[in-house]
Amino acid sequence: MTNSTPKPQPVPQPETDRYWEGLKKEEIWLQRSKATGKFQFYPREIAVSDPHSGAAGIEWVQASGNAELFTFAIVHAAPHMGFVGDVPYITALVQLEEDVIVPTNIVGVDPEPENFQIGMALKPVFEHSDDGETLLKFTPA
Amino acid sequence: MGVGESNKLGKVPEKSPLALHSEAAINALDDAGLQLSDVDALFTAGWSTLDVAEYLGIEPRYTDSTSVGGSSFVIHVAHALAAIAAGYCEVALITHGQSGRSDRAPIPRNPGTPMAQFEAPYGILGPPVSYAMAARRYMHQYGEDRTRQAMAEIAISTRKWANLNPMAYFKDVPATFDDYHNSRWVAWPFHLLDCCLVTDAGAAIVITTPERARDAKNGSVSILGAGEGHDHSGISQMPDLTRAFGRNTGPQALEMAGVTHSDIDLAMVYDSFTYTVLVSLENLGFCGPGEGPDFVADQRTAPGGYFPLNTNGGGLSYTHPGMYGIFTVVEAARQLRGQAGERQLDDCNLAVAHGTGGLLSSTGTVVLGSN
Repeated sequence: MTNSTPKPQPVPQPETDRYWEGLKKEEIWLQRSKATGKFQFYPREIAVSDPHSGAAGIEWVQASGNAELFTFAIVHAAPHMGFVGDVPYITALVQLEEDVIVPTNIVGVDPEPENFQIGMALKPVFEHSDDGETLLKFTPA
Repeated sequence: MGVGESNKLGKVPEKSPLALHSEAAINALDDAGLQLSDVDALFTAGWSTLDVAEYLGIEPRYTDSTSVGGSSFVIHVAHALAAIAAGYCEVALITHGQSGRSDRAPIPRNPGTPMAQFEAPYGILGPPVSYAMAARRYMHQYGEDRTRQAMAEIAISTRKWANLNPMAYFKDVPATFDDYHNSRWVAWPFHLLDCCLVTDAGAAIVITTPERARDAKNGSVSILGAGEGHDHSGISQMPDLTRAFGRNTGPQALEMAGVTHSDIDLAMVYDSFTYTVLVSLENLGFCGPGEGPDFVADQRTAPGGYFPLNTNGGGLSYTHPGMYGIFTVVEAARQLRGQAGERQLDDCNLAVAHGTGGLLSSTGTVVLGSN
């Protein structure tokens, strides 16, 4: 069966352009507060750990890509017609070395619960698209 | 105070969502012995009060479309209490109507939200996926086997209550632990029986001053305490996947009411998923973090058990149109008024109704007392 419904695509916003442009070059760029040194995800026009410094209080830093599995689910019932052809697939929250949580998919692993351990080491996989944004997925390191 | 459901719950393709709002509104007003023309304040979620008021043909002088997920209607109870106390209005009507099952006019999503930008492209969409990831984290922290057992206990005890409720979707469908474990995966670790129903339904609540409530046709209940709030929208931004905002709203509502957990005769806890109940009981303070599996063990929350929970059969087995929260208050009021039929509790004088909205994002808690 062909899957004709497109998946929802990211619609970058002015403050998130740099993140999405980075992924196209296979780089992960994160925001960090100059004052507190804390990273944040997703990109904002405000540092949540130092809100009153405004955009001037934020710097962009390239992340290492080192990550570990924080939690996951194995999706059997597609929540959107665009994913009907993908089930079962793995959704996950991964914790980057920079101490931010990123929503993503785990790829390259059979979708069975015993194949996943919370805390397992992960590395990034950049999934490019001809006409859209690059998605940041992860696979076991 | 009056409460009501739409005439039919479940599969109701012949009624639009607004028709479900209006049917429930009239039923709740009839229950209170009031007329639609008495209403001077309107509260709803999912729809704008503009649309609901226009459909009903009323001109409220107080209006509140606070819409933070299925908890919204519990939050509306607190807002109505405050508005009446401040003198803005006297007769508040809270309405809900949603055709989750028949879905002729689904609510459009805003592609500009961070959730749409950072979660949806990965298929992190809709409640089951997000709640499943939270549940998996809970299993990691507190033990997979005992969490699984707790989720099964909640699914089965809730079904037993539904078997006593003539309005319940699963009134005549019992379920066993084997049925639970054999039901298909929706989003592992969730079986189908971990997940709420998807139905068409409406409900409404009427709230007024203590003076006017004395004339209520079928009796009234008092709103003794309330709390509301939220700490994230998308699941990836939740500060702690095992601690939802009920950690604040529960203690606040109980303190305002001047009661303690052991005083509570009935807990109506929004059960979008079995996990939602498990984590909510801990957040509300009925037990400590990680103690939920012991708290719900051995069918302690089933009919005849020590801790009556979701006596209408819940979102899991009674009805769940999408934003279920209002039904927790409807059932609490019926139990406190002694009008819950075959499932009526003995000596039910204090109830907690607790709504969770979005992706474990928002909560609203009220403590209600019998009059």
